[in-house]
Amino acid sequence: MPVSLTVNGQRRDAEVDPNTPLLWVIREDLGLTGTKYGCGIAQCGACTVHVEGEPLRSCSAPVSAVAGKRVTTIEGLSSRTAKAVQKAWVDLDVVQCGYCQSGQIMSATALLEKIPKPSDTDIDRAMAGNICRCATYHRIRAAIHAAAATLA
Amino acid sequence: MAATAHSADLRSPDSFPPTADRAERSRALFSEAGKVIQHPRCLNCHPVGERPTQGTDMHPHNPLVVRGADDKGAVGMRCTTCHQVDNFEPSGTPGHPLWHVAPTSMAWQQRSLAQICEQIKDPGKNGGKSLAQIQEHMAHDSLVGWGWRPGGTREPAPGTQAQFGALIAAWIESGAACPR
Repeated sequence: MPVSLTVNGQRRDAEVDPNTPLLWVIREDLGLTGTKYGCGIAQCGACTVHVEGEPLRSCSAPVSAVAGKRVTTIEGLSSRTAKAVQKAWVDLDVVQCGYCQSGQIMSATALLEKIPKPSDTDIDRAMAGNICRCATYHRIRAAIHAAAATLA
Repeated sequence: MAATAHSADLRSPDSFPPTADRAERSRALFSEAGKVIQHPRCLNCHPVGERPTQGTDMHPHNPLVVRGADDKGAVGMRCTTCHQVDNFEPSGTPGHPLWHVAPTSMAWQQRSLAQICEQIKDPGKNGGKSLAQIQEHMAHDSLVGWGWRPGGTREPAPGTQAQFGALIAAWIESGAACPR
């Protein structure tokens, strides 16, 4: 069954079961492999994308749920806030193994779009669902603060 | 295989014969309804603090989530970040269009059934509802009803929503007395 999506500003069609997890469609049908499969049960955050600007765990949503909505993956993240986050990530050398980082950046960007100067508590609450197996949490928090400072 | 609700798990109002002490019958009816109210499937989203629980063992929700300003999560970590409009079997994530935790005034965890009963009757804590509106909510609200359709391997609340609604109706008709 064809499903039409708007991903990173482009209309994309996929011939899939409407109940297919969005993550599968993004990676397997659309070839956008920046979004990662981590746990498949909404526990790790590696598969985070934005739907209408809000973070969504793409492993836990049927593709039919985003039909007609604006989906942004890590490949299409290009706002001023996103660029500030990406620069801070590089400047602070946040990444260790890197597997979780696209999900971390998606969540961090969504947070800063809503709360430009987040407190540590704001960061902890927004990022609690993004697990980092290398435990780079201290650098993630520092990079979010650094990005916020450059956006002020 | 999804766990299923059994109507035999909840007594019907008819099984509570009229007694000379009307309040005693009313208390017994509410205590029976309490099997639903104090079931983990219902208690999990009626937390005292900021964090809901999950599972029949009522462990803290993982990942860590908080109720936020509108009982629907924190900025950047909304209920809808993971919970969609329906249960999603591929990931096992439960869902409903109105997914949220109950307001703090409706906290049930760590409270006795007597305390919960008084709270449910108090318009200052129950969202300004009359008893008739409480009955309607218990019997027909679709998020309440999710408790009997939790999906996955989750254990549903006892009985059926219709049985629960009938118990609440009978409790109200018998004077809405609260357990002591």
